Amino acid sequence: MTTPYEVLGVKPDASADDIRKAYRKLAKEFHPDLNPGKPAAEARFKEVSAAYDILSDAEKKARYDRGEIDETGAEKPRYSYRPHAEGAQGRKYQPQGEMDIDDLNDLFAMFGRGGARRGGRAGGGTGEGMSMPGPDRHFTLTIDFVEAVTGGKQRLALAPEEWLDVTIPAGIEEGQVLRLKGKGGPGFGGGTAGDALIEVHIAPHPLFHRDGDNVHLELPVSLTEAVLGARVAVPTVTGPVTMTIPKGSDAGTRLRLRGKGVQRRRGGKDAFGDQYITLKVVIGASGDEKLAEFLSGWAETHPTNPRAGMPGDSGADNRATRQSA
Amino acid sequence: MIDLDELARRFSSLGRTEIVRWIENRWIVPDEQGGAWQFREVDVARIELIQHVRHEYTLDDDAMSLILGLLDQVYGLRRQLTRLCDALEQQPPEIRDAIRRALPAVKLPAGKEPGS
Repeated sequence: MTTPYEVLGVKPDASADDIRKAYRKLAKEFHPDLNPGKPAAEARFKEVSAAYDILSDAEKKARYDRGEIDETGAEKPRYSYRPHAEGAQGRKYQPQGEMDIDDLNDLFAMFGRGGARRGGRAGGGTGEGMSMPGPDRHFTLTIDFVEAVTGGKQRLALAPEEWLDVTIPAGIEEGQVLRLKGKGGPGFGGGTAGDALIEVHIAPHPLFHRDGDNVHLELPVSLTEAVLGARVAVPTVTGPVTMTIPKGSDAGTRLRLRGKGVQRRRGGKDAFGDQYITLKVVIGASGDEKLAEFLSGWAETHPTNPRAGMPGDSGADNRATRQSA
Repeated sequence: MIDLDELARRFSSLGRTEIVRWIENRWIVPDEQGGAWQFREVDVARIELIQHVRHEYTLDDDAMSLILGLLDQVYGLRRQLTRLCDALEQQPPEIRDAIRRALPAVKLPAGKEPGS
C-alpha cells in the first residue's frame, strides 16, 4: 500500500500549492503522449493521477486522512472496530480484573449478587440472592481386573493437596460411572455442591477374563495330569485354591469352581458367579523316544479320529501315528 | 504485526508524534518485542476508530479517554455475554427452557408474578 502522499513525493502537511506543483512535474514526466510504448510510465501516470484526484480535492483529502476512503478513493468500511474488539486480539483492551468471569461467582459479584463462596450472604430472603448447584466434575479411573471383581478403594489425585477417595464396588463393570455426591464444584450462593462423576475402566488381565458374573481361566495341565488325574493349585481372583483334575480329563474339558466368580450386583451379599476352568493339555515331551514308542504301539489298537465330522474329513482310517512311524 | 514506522506511514496525516502520544495516553497498547513496539490489526483498527470519533465530535483528550474507557467496558461485557450465551447453548433443552421462562420476570415490577 502506497499512500497518495508518497506517490506524489510530498509530506502529509504539504500545502495545496505544493501538491499541485508536485503533480504537474510528475504528470509531465510520465505523460503517455511523451512516453509512447512505455507501459511502466503509463502505469505510473495513472497512479499519480489517482493520488492527485484525492489530494487536490479538499473534502476527499480530509476523508482519506480520516481513513474513510482508501488510496483508490474507494469507501473503507466504517466502524470496523467491533470485530477486532470482540476477536481474540481485543482481549487486551478489556478492563482488567473486574470483568473476567472465571466462574459464576464472578458474574454474580459483578452485579452485586451474593456470590460469596462459602457461608456468605445469600440474599437475605428478598429474592435478591442467587443460589445454584455447583458443576459436576468428570474423571476417568483405570483399575485392574482383580480389583474390579473383588472391589476396593482408590485414591484419585486431583491436585498435590487434593484427592478423592473412591470406593470401588465389587463386580463393577467396564465403563460404569460412579457418582460421588457433593464432590464436584462448589455451589453458588448457598447452592449444593455438584457431584464427581468417575468413569471406571478395567485393565485386561493376562490370565482371567470375565463374562457377566463368571470368570474364565485357561489352565495348562500335563498329559499325565489329564489322563491320570491330579490335585493342582488354581489361581482365582481371591487367591489360589486346590482343585481336583478328574482322571481321564481331556483338552478343552471345562471345570467349575462354584462361587469363585464375581459378586452378583443383585441377589444379596453372598451371591457370587462361578469360575470356569478350561483345561489346556500341554504335552511337553517332544523328542521323548519312550513316549513315541509307546504311542505307536498303543495307536495300533486304539484308532481315534478327533476330526470326525469336520469338512474334508474322509472318515476312513486316520491313524496319523502310523503314517509318521 | 507492523512496527511504528509502518504505522506512521499508514497514518501519515496523523503523524508519528501523535501516535506516540496516544500510546502514552494508553489509548493504544502495542505489544513489545525486543524493545520495539509492534502493532496488531486491532491496534490499527483502534487508531482508525479514535481518529474518526475525535474528528466527528471534536473531542479533547479527557473526553476521548472517557469514551474509550466506556467502549472497552461495553466490549468487555459483550465478550462475557457471548461466553454466557455459549454456556447456555450447551445446556439441555429443559434448562434453557427454565432460563427462558425466568427471563421475563426481570422486566416486571417486584412482587408480581409473570404470566406463564
